[in-house]
Order: sequence, then C-alpha cells, then structure tokens
Amino acid sequence: MSEGTESAGERKTATVWDNFLRISMREAGVAIALVIIVLFFSATAPYFATPENFLKIFVQIAINTVLAAGMTFVILTGGIDLSVGSVLALCTVVGATIMVREDLSPWMSIPLALLACMATGAACGAINGWVCEKWKLPSFIVTLGMLNVASGLARVVSDNSTITGLPQPFVDFGNQIYFGVLPSIFLIAIIVILIGWFILRFTVFGRFVFAIGTNEEAVRLSGHNPRIFKIAVFTISGLTAGIAAMVFLLRLNVGSPIAGIGYELNAIAAVIIGGTSLSGGKGSIIGTLVGACILQVLATGLQLLGAEDNVKPIVIGTVIVLAVVLDTYRNRYLRKLEAR
Amino acid sequence: MTTDPHEVAPVLEADAAARHNQDAGPILRLQGVGKRFPGVVALRNVSFDIQRGEGHVLLGENGAGKSTLINLLGGLFPPDEGSIWFNGAPYSPASPLEAFSKGIRVVHQELNLLSNLTVAENLLFEHLPSRRGLVNYREMNRRAAELLAEVGLDISPSTVVSRLGVAQMQLIEIAKALAHESKLLVLDEPTATLTSKEVDRLFEILHRLKERKVTTLYISHRLQEIYEVGDRVTVLRDGQHVTTEPLKGLAIPDIVRLMVGRTVTDQGVFREDIKPTGEALAVEGLRLTETSPPIDFSVRNGEIVGIAGLVGSGRTEAVRAIFGADPKASGTIRVNGRPVAIASPKEAVAAGICLMTEDRKQQGLLLEMSCAENITITDLKRLSRKGLLDRAMENAASERLVAGLRVKTPTIFQKVGTFSGGNQQKVVIAKWLYRGSSVLICDEPTRGIDVGAKVEIYELMGQLAAEGKGILVVSSDLPELMSICHRILVFSNGRLAGEVPRAEFDQNRILSLAYEEYGRVRGN
Repeated sequence: MSEGTESAGERKTATVWDNFLRISMREAGVAIALVIIVLFFSATAPYFATPENFLKIFVQIAINTVLAAGMTFVILTGGIDLSVGSVLALCTVVGATIMVREDLSPWMSIPLALLACMATGAACGAINGWVCEKWKLPSFIVTLGMLNVASGLARVVSDNSTITGLPQPFVDFGNQIYFGVLPSIFLIAIIVILIGWFILRFTVFGRFVFAIGTNEEAVRLSGHNPRIFKIAVFTISGLTAGIAAMVFLLRLNVGSPIAGIGYELNAIAAVIIGGTSLSGGKGSIIGTLVGACILQVLATGLQLLGAEDNVKPIVIGTVIVLAVVLDTYRNRYLRKLEAR
Repeated sequence: MTTDPHEVAPVLEADAAARHNQDAGPILRLQGVGKRFPGVVALRNVSFDIQRGEGHVLLGENGAGKSTLINLLGGLFPPDEGSIWFNGAPYSPASPLEAFSKGIRVVHQELNLLSNLTVAENLLFEHLPSRRGLVNYREMNRRAAELLAEVGLDISPSTVVSRLGVAQMQLIEIAKALAHESKLLVLDEPTATLTSKEVDRLFEILHRLKERKVTTLYISHRLQEIYEVGDRVTVLRDGQHVTTEPLKGLAIPDIVRLMVGRTVTDQGVFREDIKPTGEALAVEGLRLTETSPPIDFSVRNGEIVGIAGLVGSGRTEAVRAIFGADPKASGTIRVNGRPVAIASPKEAVAAGICLMTEDRKQQGLLLEMSCAENITITDLKRLSRKGLLDRAMENAASERLVAGLRVKTPTIFQKVGTFSGGNQQKVVIAKWLYRGSSVLICDEPTRGIDVGAKVEIYELMGQLAAEGKGILVVSSDLPELMSICHRILVFSNGRLAGEVPRAEFDQNRILSLAYEEYGRVRGN
C-alpha cells in the first residue's frame, strides 16, 4: 500500500546499497566469522598459522565437506538426512571389498569401486526419498531407519571386520599433495562443492530445490510434481555419501562397518553454521563449505591452544547453537531491510 | 431504521423485563465499533445492544463483518475505534483467555479441540481438577460425564477426540462452553455439520441455557432455524449495521432483503464488446464425493462466469477438484472441446487450465523468492536449454509482464513477500499469463485488495476475456461478480443451485438461490 510514494531514482540507489548489505550479511557473513576465528587462533595458538597445520585442516575437512554438500540439497527442501554416516560406512566396505580383489587389476578395480560406492549411496538415498514420498513420512524417521539398515548391511557385507590392503596406486593418490598445501582429497571436496553450487545456481533443478523449500504447496499448484524433486535430493545426498566413502578410503585406507558414526551430525552442523535454514528455502552451498571449515578450525585451534579433549565438544556445541541464534537476528534485520 | 408495526410491542415488553431484572441494561453494548485490515474496512461504526438473557441472531452475507465482530468479542484483536461494554463495564480483552474469564465464550466454526487428548481432558482443559499438581482423573471423568449427558452425547469421557466424528466434536465444543459459567455464549455456525436430530438436541440445550439466563449470540446460514433460537436479529452489510429488530414478524424474504442491497460501485468494467464463442471449459457430472450431487456447467471463450455462494457451499472445493488440486469422485472435463483426464495440478496446467487460489500467501506465491522467480515457476522449461536456466531470458520475460500488468516494484528481484495484496495478486496473474493458460480460474481474486487495485484486476480480466480466454471467478463479493460477469452460477450447500444470466442479475434472486439448499436440510 505504500509503494509508489518514492521516486524510482531514489529506490534504485537504495537498492544497490541494500544489495551490498544483503550479500555481505548473507553469503559473506559466515566467511567473515571464519576469517575472525582464523585470525584469532593465528595470534594465540602456537603452530596454527603454519602450512603444515593448514594442510592438516584441509585433509580433515574433506569427508565432512562432501557429506555436507549433499546434505545442503536435502535441508534446502526442508528435509533432513540422518543416514549419511552409516551409508558412508556401507559404501566403504563395498568399495574396499572390490578394490582388494586380486583377480582385478588396480586400473579396473578402482573405477569399479568408485562406481559401486556412488551407486550404493545413491540407491540408499533414492530409497529414503521414495519411502518419504510414497507414504508421506517425515524424512527424520525414514532416514533414522536407513541409518540402522545401512549400518547392519555394512556389517553383513564386511562380515563384521575391517578391510585393508587397498591397491598401492589408490593409496598413493590419497597421499598426493598439490602446490604444497592442497591434498588430493580436499580438491575432490572442492570439486563436489563447485558442482553443487553450479546445480543450485544455474539449473532448473536448483530453482525447484529452493522453491520447494520455500512453499511446496505453491509449487504443486503451479503445475509441478514436487515428489520427483524431493526423491532426487535424497538421491544426491546418498550419492555424496558414496563419494565421501571413497574420500574416507583415500584418507584412512580401510573399509570399516563402524566408520562414519556421528558424521551425519557434523554434516548437519556444517550446513546450519553455513547459514542454510532448517525449514528450507534459504541457504547456500558455499556457506556449507565455510561452515565445515569453521567446525574444523575450531577443533584444531582449540587443540593447539592446549584445550582438553573434553572441552572441545562443549565449545563446538555452543558455536552451533550460537550460529543459529545469530541467523535469526540476521534474518530479522534482512526482513527490515526489505520492508523499506 | 424500520417502520414495521410488529416491532413496537415486543421491544416494550423487553424493556419491561429488563427493568424487572436486577442488573438492568444490556449485557453487551457496541458503540461506533470499527475495524480495518490492510486494504479493507471490515467494520464501520457498528452500534447495537444485546439484551440480557436473549437469543440474539447475527446475520450478514460473506464479508459483511460477522467474523470480525465475533473475533473482537473473543479477544483475538481489539477494535480500531469505538467501544464495547460488557455487563456494564468497558470490555477490551487482551487475549481469548481474558475474554473467556470475563464470561464471553466463543465457539468457533473451525474446531479448536486437542485431538490427541481425551474428551474429558478437552472438556475441562482450562481448569483440570487436580490436587498438588496431579490430575484427579476420577473427578475429571465424573464431571465430563455430566457435561456429556447434558449435550446428549453417549460416549465415554476417556475417548480420544480424534476418533470422534465432526458432529460429535461440535457438540464437545458446546459442552466445553457449558463446563464454565459463561454469561454470553457466541455460536458461529454451530449446525453446519450437524444432522437434524443433533440440531434438535442443540436447540434443547440452548433453551435450557436461556432458562439459566445465559445470553446467546447465534450465527447461522440456515435461515429457517434462527426462529427457534432467536428473539432479536442484527443484520450487518458491508461492515455496517443495517438493523437490530425482533425476529417475530420478520419473514425469510424480508431478512434476505435486509442482507443484500450493497451498492454496485464498479460499473463500467464490463466489456459489452466481447461476444463469447466456442467452449473453453466444460464440466460434466463432477462429483466431489460418491454421494454428492453432480455439477455441470461450461465456460465459453471470451466469457467471464462467476460462481457465487456462501463460504463452504462447495465453490472452492469444486474449482480445486477441476484443477486436480484435490481428488474428485467422478466427472468429465473438456478443454476447448477435448476431454482431458486431470488427476493433479500438473495435468490441469498441461491442459491449459490454471487456478489462482483464494489463499495467495499460503498456496499461490513463493513469498521468500523474487518477483521474477515467482512468475517463471509455472514454466521453467521454456527458459532453459538442457536444464540450464537462461537468466537473461527469464528477466526479460518477467520485465515484460511486470510492465504489462503494472506491478509496482522497484525491480523484478524484489521478494514478493514485501508486496501489497494487489501487487501480489498481479504477480499471481502474471505467472499464469506467462504459462499461457487458456482457462483461468480465479478464487477470490480481489480479497484483501484496495479499491483501486480491484478495478485494475477487473480491467485485466476483461482484457484477457477479449483475448479469447475463458474465465471462471469465484467470489463472495456479489456486486463484484455482477459487474464483471456474463453469467453467475450459484452454489448452495454443495449443489449447483442455479444459473443467472447477466440480463437477469438481481442480488435478491442470487442470494435466495445461495440460501436455498440450507432451508431444505432442516426439513429432512
């Protein structure tokens, strides 16, 4: 009712400034927090600001980043995927089982293992999505079920044991470091993030992910079938769990049915710290990468400061909640900005 | 207000009775009460009294301000102007709880029961019998059983509410109101879901309450039944008070005449030049449920057809079923002469039908997304190659529609959640124009929109009709339908009660049709 009172010119300039504020508040906001935390530890913690330490952080970040990339898709539609940790475990034993077969050359077994990991993960995810949509169940329950099912399957496939003896070229690639500070597995994580960013930003599919998270009923009444897209995001989450399983094998060189316990919670934490709303429709995958960095930088920094192991989870837990609290203030401020 | 000679004597009688009463004076007095919502004036300078112990009936068309009035009484929001006096003291409740503790109990049409709790827990929820914080279940069930007996419900107090039928729930709501001594009981359409036996039971209860000097304010669409519970009637029209007078001597046609008579102000938007041709949409034997009456009608190209009827008469349900938003039991739908199978909105849109829902915010728009994103969501395929969005194309298409419909926004990147109602509605229209639908179904297209924007929307509809589209408009605003439509279909209690061509438009006739089926139900 108030529009049309200001001249278009005034509005245009206000919009440029508003856009700047909006971008700095949303995308850059988390990044600024990360920079502050890094600077803080660089100043206070011994050895923090060394190439070796950054290398270590990059190595440790890779698995969670890949998992969180897929998780971002699910959370953007308003769902949640609690199964990624044990799906990862299942995929590690599937991948490792293939790679340790002596009748296959490494150049056969490695691509085959990669394919098998991705297919297994995607299948688990597709089942999650399909069950959710078929019986209209909350994803929290369905993926909680899958968490247990995949964990059990991992034990069955591995016969309850860890699988070692992966082919040497595979192990070598996992230890590869580029330009002194960029480990191969970190590069994989970055590539996954970039692909995710591209899909969310430039494709029709990405648009639907945001639209469904914003208002699923409106999407349905606009003549679309949201179910297909929701099944797809869970499939993507499963797929990234499969890729994360390969990263796990590259880094630790063992397939284990008890791998990945609690990984889903770290992935969710990275997504939420990265500014994606749990109710869907708002967020970014770049934010997720930054969120994963913040989690790991905190863990490493606290360790270097000599904090006890018991203190670390207390600090990290507080930061997760704090991030969401800050997010509500940020949203309130942005809404005020837009209402002008 | 009226010169009816029947009026004088009962009023004098009521006055005499009031003088004998110890607490003389009305139980409720409204003085110059007004309430505005963005874009609409819901109540304007309403003044009337409700006498102590009387059965007072409140009548009015959809949108006349009845709901706003009872929400004021129920403490949901305060009036913008004027004052309300209750029981001799100024009344301005800050919350429903306060309204209730002062002695006003509102039984809303939509039920507010806690469906996972038992009947007894629901009945006594505001004041559970307890000792030291522990619920005394025996006492609770005993008192609940008494209340159930009072409303004639033969069910156990420990039944979980979700297992009851709608009519039983309605009676529970009324029993809940009885559980606490209230001075004024407000019943909003209590009989809408009841069978005639249950209605009789309800009236018995109301008679008993009257003996206990409880005042009732009764709202109903079933004009026959108000004579059984009402002493006096207040009629609202367009948010304004029309009359308050004794029911005795007032026949149903008189009441209907009092309710209609809103002035048609939007003259001149009807396009005389359009000559409808062909058949855009045909609906044959549409049944929402297996037992509901069949609905048949058609809309021609270039024609604007209105659907009138009371809220809940099946108007919205019918158009949602045509669009595939809700399932239907049976029926054939043809678009441009071709039969189409529609089981979901996706199929409806593919066939060229679109639905602008009555609830823009919840069902029509992506409030947190931009204007451009909202417009193009109906057809992203057109903007993409191999799944990749062409943003330049998207922006150009959106700019064109925003300019064409005169949506007031600084840029197409603005979130639609920040738009006014009228602009939001234009975005909804834009998104379907972008899709190129040939049949437009608009459910309450001008609800909550200010007058200027309304006229723009009407003109837009005329323009679209001139382009050969078939338009179906559902509206509670009868003058609106009469000013823009070629024909009006009237729904009444789930049936298509009749059809009125433009030459025969008459508020009285349309409203009589709309109330038609509600009279018959009581007779069964």
